[in-house]
Amino acid sequence: MTLDLTARDTTSVATYVKSGQPWVWMTAAAISVAFIITVALLMLTAVRGLPHFWPAALVQGEYREPGKDATPILVELLDSEEISTARLLSAGQKVDSAVPFHARVLAKVGNRDVYGADFRYLLDEWIANRSKPADATVLERMEWGNFQGRIVSVKQDGQIIASGAQSFAVWQPLQARANKLREELHAIEKKEIGRINYALERVRLDGKRLTLAGQTEASNPAAFKALTGRKASLDADYETLRTRLAKLKTEIARDALVMKTVDGQEQEVALSKIVRGYQPNNMELTAKVVLYFQKLGEFVFDEPREANTEGGIFPAIFGTVMMVLLMSVFVTPFGILAALYLREYARQGLVTQIIRIAVNNLAGVPSIVYGMFGLGFFVYFLGGNIDRLFYAESLPSPTFGTPGILWSSLTLAILTLPVVIVATEEGLARIPRSLREASLALGATKVETLWKVVLPMASPAMMTGLILAIARAAGEVAPLMLVGVVKLAPSLPLDGNFPFVHLERKFMHLGFHIYDVGFQSPNVEAARPLVYATSFLLVLVIVLLNVSAIRIRNSLREKYKALDG
Amino acid sequence: MSQNLTTTDPLASRHSIVAGGSAFKTRYLMDLLAKWVVWVGGLGVIAALLLIFFYLVSEVAPLFLGMQVKARPEYTLITEGSTLYTAVEEQGEIGMQVSDTGEVTFFDLSTGAIRLRQKLPVGALKLTAIGEISPERGLLAAALSDGSVLSFAHEYAVSYPNDKRLITPAISFPQGETSLPFIQGPVTSLVLRGEGDARLYAGIDSNKQVHLKALSSTQNMITGETTTETAGELSFAPSVTADQLLVDPLMHELYVLDHSKGKIAFYKLNQAEQPELVEIASTASPIVDARFLAGGISIVVALENGTVSQLFAAHKADGSTQTLAHVRDFKLPGSAKPTALGSELRRRTFAVGDAEGRVTVFYTTSHRELFSEKAVDGAVRQIAFNPRAQVLMVKSDSGKVHAFDVRNQHPEFSFSSLWSKVWYESYDKPEWLWQSSSASADFEPKFSFTPLAYGTLKGAFYAMIFAVPLAVMAAIFVANFMSPNLRQVVKPTVELLAALPSVILGFLAGLWLAPFVESNLPGMFMLLVLLPVSIPLFGYLWFNMPAAVRYRVPPGYEGALLVPVVAFVVWLCFALTKPVEALAFGGNMQNWLDQVLGIKYTQRNAMVVGIAMGIAVVPTIFSIAEDAIFSVPKQLSLGSLALGASPWQTLVGVVLPTASPGIFSAIMIGMGRAVGETMIVLMATGNTPVTDASLFSGMRTLSANIAVEMPESEVGSTHFRLLFLAGLVLFIFTFFFNTLAEIVRARLRKKYASI
Repeated sequence: MTLDLTARDTTSVATYVKSGQPWVWMTAAAISVAFIITVALLMLTAVRGLPHFWPAALVQGEYREPGKDATPILVELLDSEEISTARLLSAGQKVDSAVPFHARVLAKVGNRDVYGADFRYLLDEWIANRSKPADATVLERMEWGNFQGRIVSVKQDGQIIASGAQSFAVWQPLQARANKLREELHAIEKKEIGRINYALERVRLDGKRLTLAGQTEASNPAAFKALTGRKASLDADYETLRTRLAKLKTEIARDALVMKTVDGQEQEVALSKIVRGYQPNNMELTAKVVLYFQKLGEFVFDEPREANTEGGIFPAIFGTVMMVLLMSVFVTPFGILAALYLREYARQGLVTQIIRIAVNNLAGVPSIVYGMFGLGFFVYFLGGNIDRLFYAESLPSPTFGTPGILWSSLTLAILTLPVVIVATEEGLARIPRSLREASLALGATKVETLWKVVLPMASPAMMTGLILAIARAAGEVAPLMLVGVVKLAPSLPLDGNFPFVHLERKFMHLGFHIYDVGFQSPNVEAARPLVYATSFLLVLVIVLLNVSAIRIRNSLREKYKALDG
Repeated sequence: MSQNLTTTDPLASRHSIVAGGSAFKTRYLMDLLAKWVVWVGGLGVIAALLLIFFYLVSEVAPLFLGMQVKARPEYTLITEGSTLYTAVEEQGEIGMQVSDTGEVTFFDLSTGAIRLRQKLPVGALKLTAIGEISPERGLLAAALSDGSVLSFAHEYAVSYPNDKRLITPAISFPQGETSLPFIQGPVTSLVLRGEGDARLYAGIDSNKQVHLKALSSTQNMITGETTTETAGELSFAPSVTADQLLVDPLMHELYVLDHSKGKIAFYKLNQAEQPELVEIASTASPIVDARFLAGGISIVVALENGTVSQLFAAHKADGSTQTLAHVRDFKLPGSAKPTALGSELRRRTFAVGDAEGRVTVFYTTSHRELFSEKAVDGAVRQIAFNPRAQVLMVKSDSGKVHAFDVRNQHPEFSFSSLWSKVWYESYDKPEWLWQSSSASADFEPKFSFTPLAYGTLKGAFYAMIFAVPLAVMAAIFVANFMSPNLRQVVKPTVELLAALPSVILGFLAGLWLAPFVESNLPGMFMLLVLLPVSIPLFGYLWFNMPAAVRYRVPPGYEGALLVPVVAFVVWLCFALTKPVEALAFGGNMQNWLDQVLGIKYTQRNAMVVGIAMGIAVVPTIFSIAEDAIFSVPKQLSLGSLALGASPWQTLVGVVLPTASPGIFSAIMIGMGRAVGETMIVLMATGNTPVTDASLFSGMRTLSANIAVEMPESEVGSTHFRLLFLAGLVLFIFTFFFNTLAEIVRARLRKKYASI
């Protein structure tokens, strides 16, 4: 039914009000608002998150605060907003009280080790003599955030090899070398030494297991000798690695940059502490685009630095994906079994109807309640018992009796079971009775009918259910905070150490990352763009999943429409 | 989908339908097997889902168990003289008593066998009173009949010869075996406070004078010798007849009790100065005994009329002076007079024995009687708990000892303390408070669900205020007026909002919306007024547009037409926010609110939560309500239109009444979601448990509380179980509303089908 606004005889207010049209317009406004909110929310994360990776211009100027000496500044100008004079005065800023508003900008000053904070609020009108010097350089460092200033000279083994204008060109290849060395170092530290530590821990646990089984060195010398042998060979491996590490460390420490802040403080920065450096005011557009995508790639594929406020979010992406996949493995078969039972096998009576409503309503139970269940039942009860039975050697430090990825995925599987059950049931219900009857009439048994006719036809519905379950699970955070998510996991739940999949490990998660970095981080201002970018990524994934679920559902409906006809 | 059914198919032979054939049997078995797999699997899954409910109940149930008590055998303990003090050792294996002759007896608590009997080095002197210095470490002080004080400790060494636990009691004298002079003549009531460098002795002499003596000890760094000096000494005649003294552990308050007249004089202690009398409180009947409870704030006073009163120092209602507040009374069952008091060391549980041998156990905060039973024959003289509160020892007048194994895990819980105002220690009046833990060990936990439930409902209420009008009106337009083409785009877009993770909404609310609202507060309110005004106004303008313009927009596209209008109004409001703030509110609306209206503004407040959580529930309500309205049978509305009703009249008179149960169920489901939402509240409020309906203050909800406190909660503790109770409340609440909504919807569907 559509509304016809054309038929009327007068244009008076009374007629207009009497026609009920103001109300119609109000309802129309409601949907506009809802639509605007939806689109604005989706845009907001993108608009706030994505520009962060763009190499923004550095502005040099003089900050002239009344009553104080002018100080030189070299900043990246971010948000600007109008602040009323009253607020500024009450904050102790000596602004001109004749003007009602003043523009205030958030400026990134960098150099946290020098100034104490990366960000400063500056009054726009007090910034004088603005320029964009070409030699202004940004260094992204491993620690202390960005350095903003100028290069004085490049040092090798303590000797100056370049200074002034040619420094930048001399330094770039040296930086590439340092980055390569750092990668090598990282690989050794993380992978090889990690492997040795893991193996050593296993040797220790094997020894403890033997002791727990009542064996001593006298009763089973062979086993203990084997353990000692394993330990000795690991120790030898470790020694070789250590010498290699020491060599790499001296090599990487060779070069350094001497930098100078805009107010003249000099500082030597070792190349090993620099991720990359660039001169944004001196860059071509193409170079900027390349750098942008480099940084975006780093964001997606690298590990976080500096308490998650810099670097990438790869472990969080990996953790989310792995948890969701594990969850799918649990939820799909069980959800389908339950739906098959409810729709195909159970007698359709009051009891089944009650069960159906109950299952349906479980989808509306707060997720935190599932988290409590997971913590109490899975972690403390199941996990605690598994530890006592199978991992007695590592007690009292728990193996499965502590939150981990297995328990998280099981908890979310229970949380999303109703979604899968309801969707599958709906799919089963839509399959025309005639098809089943035809199959049965041809002599197929019930299971054959189900397997060959019903389930294949219902598979899109199951897919829809699974996708919706995944979309819900990917965004759920509250229960995970109780059953296995951490702000920084030392190692991924999947690695090169036997048995490769470590289901007992804690993991990082995109949603929790957003919460943690956004609210628990010491440097919220610096982390905020990254949180927006993380949100954008999460939203993107979830929107894509949902859109595909809707697509599948629609095509499914079309298909059965044809069959019904 | 075509299947080859000709007999040439080699597989076809396996599909024999001839009964009795081997292939038939396999197929039959397969069918049976599948049936069982689905039955077991399906029912298993459903059982697993229902397990959640039963698991929550099983975690909560122990809260409701009272105190369980198991009696050990009763026996008579023969000792010389009369008993001044009893105690039970940590493990509950050995009892200890001190007689007035100076004899200390350690005995097996279960059998009464004497383990050690030792006389204190008091010579011919008698003990007149015992004071506890540190019950946790067994440090005691005995006042001797010559007025001197001897400190001693009862200690227990645990060893494991032959893998069996052996506890060996002993007596030691950390301050030396000689008694220190205190006053002249026998002390009738002795209190010792403070350890280490500064100690306070308080006692009553035979003339009913109160004596206070401060001692300070210094240790010689070289010799390691400790020298004790008197730092100050004073005595005074109290305003009441002094029968008993009580001094709090921090040595700020002194209570002098007059037993027979039932008076308590409350003095403030101030270093070396004369104590200052604050108040003399009187009780309803003579006092039998009084003692401090764990934490050293409350005193319990047992009265002859069978009442036990809890009192502590608090400020008067006007906040000026202190008073000894009469907090609550506990009534002993039966009519016998109370004769003995005992209390737990680490919790606020206390036990009262009466003249008929009955022992009654109470807990103060929950105002709960935990246990009451006849324990011994004759009047109860002594009651002692072991430090772990697993064993309760009762000793009668006639020397009969009866020990009980006690399981008393959750005395802090009671329904009244969960929901009503409770007068907590150090507070001046009863309040609703949630404060589950603190740095100090003997802190009184404050478990009131009221502020949490209040916060939950407050958040849900503001969310619904935002979401219901928006979602229902949007649903009405989309289902009833919008053109089908547009509907196909708009509906999934708004539903997409439902998939937006709440952590993102919470993050945007906390870090973007909250500061935005704070700096654009006038704009927010202008929007609230201007938007509903400007839309009908625009409608009227459009109504008067020349037909040529109006016909450009096909019917059902009003929503699209309004998008720029709404966007413009929103922009206008926020563009005007600064000038309006400068003109009307002196440039700072928060200040104005505080100074003119007296409303405190917190950045993360109910308004922010209402908007964010409202956005989270809009799609839920919208989607269900839209379905309900859209599926109103067309013949109804067409009939109404055919009879000449306008579209709006049709909507109000026909469509909405028919669809109203569906809209109701949509609101219920939305409500369920708002009540259980965790991340948004966690991130967009300050999480302070306050009972304050203000739009500009924060809240703490049940769900956020679980998320915050669950990981730190000790498994099996009252706190842990209360969090599960909160979870269970949420579960039942949402389950109830969802089921209600589901039933309403099912009925509606039936109704539609019948039309």
